[in-house]
Amino acid sequence: MEKKKKKKYSRTDRIILGIGFTILGLFVLSIAIPIVYVVLASFMDPTVLNNQGLSFKIKDWTLDAYRRVLQNEMIWRGFLNSFLYSLAFTVISVFVTLLAAYPMSKKEFVGRKFFNIIFLITMFFGGGMIPTFILINQLHMVNTVWAILIPGAFNVWNMILARTYYQSIPTELREASAIDGANEIQHFFKVMIPVCKPIIAVLALWSFVGMWNSYFDAMIYLNDANLQPLQLVLRSILVQNTPQPGMIADIQSTAEMAKIAEQLKYATIVVSSLPLLVMYPFFQKYFDKGIMVGSVKG
Amino acid sequence: MKRMQNQTKSVSKRTWREKMTYVKKNWQLYLFFLMPGLLLTIIFKYLPMGGLLIAFKDYNVIKGVLGSPWVGLEYFRRFLSSPDFMNYLMNTLKLSIYGLLWGFPVPIILALLLNRIRRTGIKKKVQLLIYMPNFISVIVLCGMVRMLLSPVGPLNKVLGISTNWMTMPSAFRTIYIASGIWQAAGWASIMYTAALANASKELEEAAIMDGANLLQQIWYVELPAIKNIIVIQFILQAGNIMSIGFEKAYALQTDMNLPASEILSTYVYRIGLLNGDYGYSTAVGLFNSVINVILLVFVNWVVKKLNDGEGL
Repeated sequence: MEKKKKKKYSRTDRIILGIGFTILGLFVLSIAIPIVYVVLASFMDPTVLNNQGLSFKIKDWTLDAYRRVLQNEMIWRGFLNSFLYSLAFTVISVFVTLLAAYPMSKKEFVGRKFFNIIFLITMFFGGGMIPTFILINQLHMVNTVWAILIPGAFNVWNMILARTYYQSIPTELREASAIDGANEIQHFFKVMIPVCKPIIAVLALWSFVGMWNSYFDAMIYLNDANLQPLQLVLRSILVQNTPQPGMIADIQSTAEMAKIAEQLKYATIVVSSLPLLVMYPFFQKYFDKGIMVGSVKG
Repeated sequence: MKRMQNQTKSVSKRTWREKMTYVKKNWQLYLFFLMPGLLLTIIFKYLPMGGLLIAFKDYNVIKGVLGSPWVGLEYFRRFLSSPDFMNYLMNTLKLSIYGLLWGFPVPIILALLLNRIRRTGIKKKVQLLIYMPNFISVIVLCGMVRMLLSPVGPLNKVLGISTNWMTMPSAFRTIYIASGIWQAAGWASIMYTAALANASKELEEAAIMDGANLLQQIWYVELPAIKNIIVIQFILQAGNIMSIGFEKAYALQTDMNLPASEILSTYVYRIGLLNGDYGYSTAVGLFNSVINVILLVFVNWVVKKLNDGEGL
């Protein structure tokens, strides 16, 4: 089979294919090189990195930057905060979204069209940044974790995905459990949730990663340094160029400090990105599934 | 199938009394299932829409949204007549339109090429690698960009110069769009790859039998297989032209590249939340979302025309 197909490529086809694969190869390299560079640079002695760039001599390598980053309290606190926020947000968001999707999936649900329009409008139009901020402020949610957990918890797009998934499940299941005397709530928890595990996994992963990687809400609502998630700590180190004071407390000269600050950034990037990058291949199949659900039902 | 049709038909024809009986009998569906999501929507989506009133008012914290005095279209007049208006509007439009034009075809091309890799082992590895950047956060991405492009960074070392790219307004859009493709193109190719995998193998083989060459196979078999997804993705992305993300633009801004990097959403943040000019910034934000809705309707209309009456 393979062989038969291979023969079918003519000379021109092979040239086109060759050009195509070259482009693909270049794209792959362009992805890999910056990542590899950051990882290598994080192990370099700052003076060497500054003067000549990457070096492959063992004596030019150091774990100093990692020591400084991992000893920093704010990084750890950021990790902890981000983990707790992402977990809490995922639970709240997925729960509310799954609940609302359930009646919306029923063809005979009275008011289905009306609620659908109510929800859809919010996908395309909203009050925007300032009115939302004023509202959250008036609700006294500023500087509390609720400001980043609650307002975005109900996601219409995810609701549509869950609804589509529910609709693929035979209605006979509900009829059967109704005969057994189960009401809708019992049916939902005993039958629907176990059956819908795939879509729940997808929504949970999306919510978690989305929360973990975002910074805007935390930036405007959480001023208290102890509440800040990892991305805000990273922002001050990577974007605002202010290394955490604890990281460079022992260094005297400004020139030295500038050099080390540069290397600290590389190590910070590696440390902060590693958890998701190591984990995602294990969850890849769920992400794939989610994208398919999303693309079919536009 | 027929039974289903009958059922749906009867839904709209039910009398008021029948509907009330349904609601009473199925109160759980409303109170337990729908209520939480509905309340969140009303409080955090619709109340702020009411807050849009302050775009027409001299907002005062003590008097509140309703009590503050009206100023009519004052803020809109001020914004539309200011020299910044055109600049920020064009920055927003250019950033997202160029981003769409450059970025949209890349995942499709990637998917077509991935589809031609015969060795599944290699294909899997390539995919795993090009999906990777999607899991890097915006902040880390922008941090990486800033470091790799810094005057002492590797790019300048390779080129043997020391340009400070991040301070150049003329470099901003390229940086923004290229890093966007770097991060998202691989991930976006997933849905095309999956659709291609489901494309009819028989059709493909028939085409090969008929002597179709590579480009003809792509044109007549593979592209039609992913056409629907392309259309949907294009509408979704084109409809979002004005709602281009705040997070990345803001994280790539420096004082020096503002002439190109200040877009409407970052401008709203700056004058609204940093300078406290609530009314004016809300007006700018409202202007932004109204254009967004108009664009969405327009794009949907165009696609409907082109796509035999099928839009979103």
